[in-house]
Amino acid sequence: MKWRYLKDSAAKISIRSSLILINLLALAVVAVLLIKSKPILMTHPLSRLLFSSSWHPVKGEFGFLPYIVGTIEVTAIAMILSVPMCLLSAIYLSEFAHKRFRELVRLVIDILAGIPSVIYGLCGVIAVVPFVHELGRLLGSPTTGYSLLSGGIILAVMVAPVIISVTMEVLAAVPKEARESALALGATKWETARHVVVKASLHGIIAAIVLGFARAFGETIAVLMVIGNVAKIPVSLFDPAYPLPALIANNYGEMMSIPLYDSALLFASLILLFLVGVFSLGANITLSRLMKRGYYGN
Amino acid sequence: MRSRRATESLFKALMIISLAVVLTTLAGIIFIILVKGAPALTLSMLIETPKGGYYLGKGGGIANAIVGSLYLSLGASIISILLSLPAAFALQKEYANRHIANFTRLTLDVLWGTPSIVYGAFGFVVMIYFGLRASLLGGIIVLTLLMLPIMVRSMEEVIRMIPLELKEISYALGATKLETTFSVILRQALPGIVTAVLLAFGRGIGDAASILFTAGYTDYIPRSLFDPVASLPLAVFFQIGTPSPEVQERAYASALILLVIILIVCVVSRLLGRRFSKHIVR
Repeated sequence: MKWRYLKDSAAKISIRSSLILINLLALAVVAVLLIKSKPILMTHPLSRLLFSSSWHPVKGEFGFLPYIVGTIEVTAIAMILSVPMCLLSAIYLSEFAHKRFRELVRLVIDILAGIPSVIYGLCGVIAVVPFVHELGRLLGSPTTGYSLLSGGIILAVMVAPVIISVTMEVLAAVPKEARESALALGATKWETARHVVVKASLHGIIAAIVLGFARAFGETIAVLMVIGNVAKIPVSLFDPAYPLPALIANNYGEMMSIPLYDSALLFASLILLFLVGVFSLGANITLSRLMKRGYYGN
Repeated sequence: MRSRRATESLFKALMIISLAVVLTTLAGIIFIILVKGAPALTLSMLIETPKGGYYLGKGGGIANAIVGSLYLSLGASIISILLSLPAAFALQKEYANRHIANFTRLTLDVLWGTPSIVYGAFGFVVMIYFGLRASLLGGIIVLTLLMLPIMVRSMEEVIRMIPLELKEISYALGATKLETTFSVILRQALPGIVTAVLLAFGRGIGDAASILFTAGYTDYIPRSLFDPVASLPLAVFFQIGTPSPEVQERAYASALILLVIILIVCVVSRLLGRRFSKHIVR
């Protein structure tokens, strides 16, 4: 009899230690990145690192501005392209579409969410880059096709499954009664969707968008394959850019020979971890609160 | 009244157009990979390792990458399961203090959102510190980091869905927490847990950024944990980066292989989920 309880408490201890281990792992990631970025933070003022665009590792100049601007711009393009379509699609699926069709699309979207980013990148190289090349020629701004716009298009496609599936989940959590009362008052289906359902789940929809944003911000391989990787601040959609994740991926192997280079790249990782971590944490907290509250009203 | 109707149909049209655009784009991706990959796919792609001059268009295949990818993601899955099963149970209120559980959930959310390139950079620094070179072991460790939050959070979600009454009945019969966990909760949650594992496995096998520096790349199948290892995503990435068109076509074929593996994982996880759920008490 006692043996059972002994086993029970042993299990309790090991189960708890797994939690501690996970927290320690996360702490280790942050700590290592902080320690490793310290040398560059000690020798270069933060404002110069973030707002200078002179990137000459050999001369000891590390200005991250082109990379930061590149990351923000490509993410912004992706969101502008993706968000309206995704929201409209999600509203249609949740409010108008037949249940069977909805389930079918949900299945397809789940599968697409699992497709590796290198495959999206490959499709970008095959299809998007030549398309942007042609488009640039037609519009009179010559481009190789490896550009900000190509990166934005690929990212827009990649974040679509995330935004659509989370938004659908959020919309589905709005109680049926809310819709019924609006319809009973004579509102059309669209008015009900727009003024009742969407309004009630606005926080959740924003969280879905932020999750998509976070995914786009940290995406590496797919973007790297199509964006051209030139460290200049892009002025047009057809210019190449060089986002932070691509910077890390492209230079990591050979950084050891140049002083402070590794520190600079780990500082770049720290920026990514910080921004993406904060965004996705905020979105997740919002979503789990909304799901718990059951959404009603305000 | 008429304008309201008009708005309704306008937006309905907009929504249908959006959905059509989204779905065709996504279907287009699978279509492109199929059309481009299928002609280049040969049996020797699947079963041979690269021969001399492979990257100049000569013979051989990418068996090294297929096997390497499976080694990497199976290894990482096993470690992740060992860590995440107890953690998923620990997040239930029977085991951990509520504050610790909530804090860990936050940690896991941050880890979930962390871009895989950050894990790659982190893993590489740690490996250098311990004097490890790019190797199977390094790749497995980094992939574990990537898969762990996905697994724990989705397992926890499943476990939380189990009706409270089941646990109460088990406790009322005098079972300990451990006995309840293993014979009631685990059994009930098994289909969901399998799905969670396969979801994480799919993520792991498709990720390129995290193993770019930590697993390395090689033309051989690794014989020990300390050998570098090839992987499918990187095989696609490197082959498309070569100037020769023949090798680029092999990138399409490699992508097709990767896609098929992911689709199989997806389908199997759904089927298993459905099959197990027959035996579940509702």
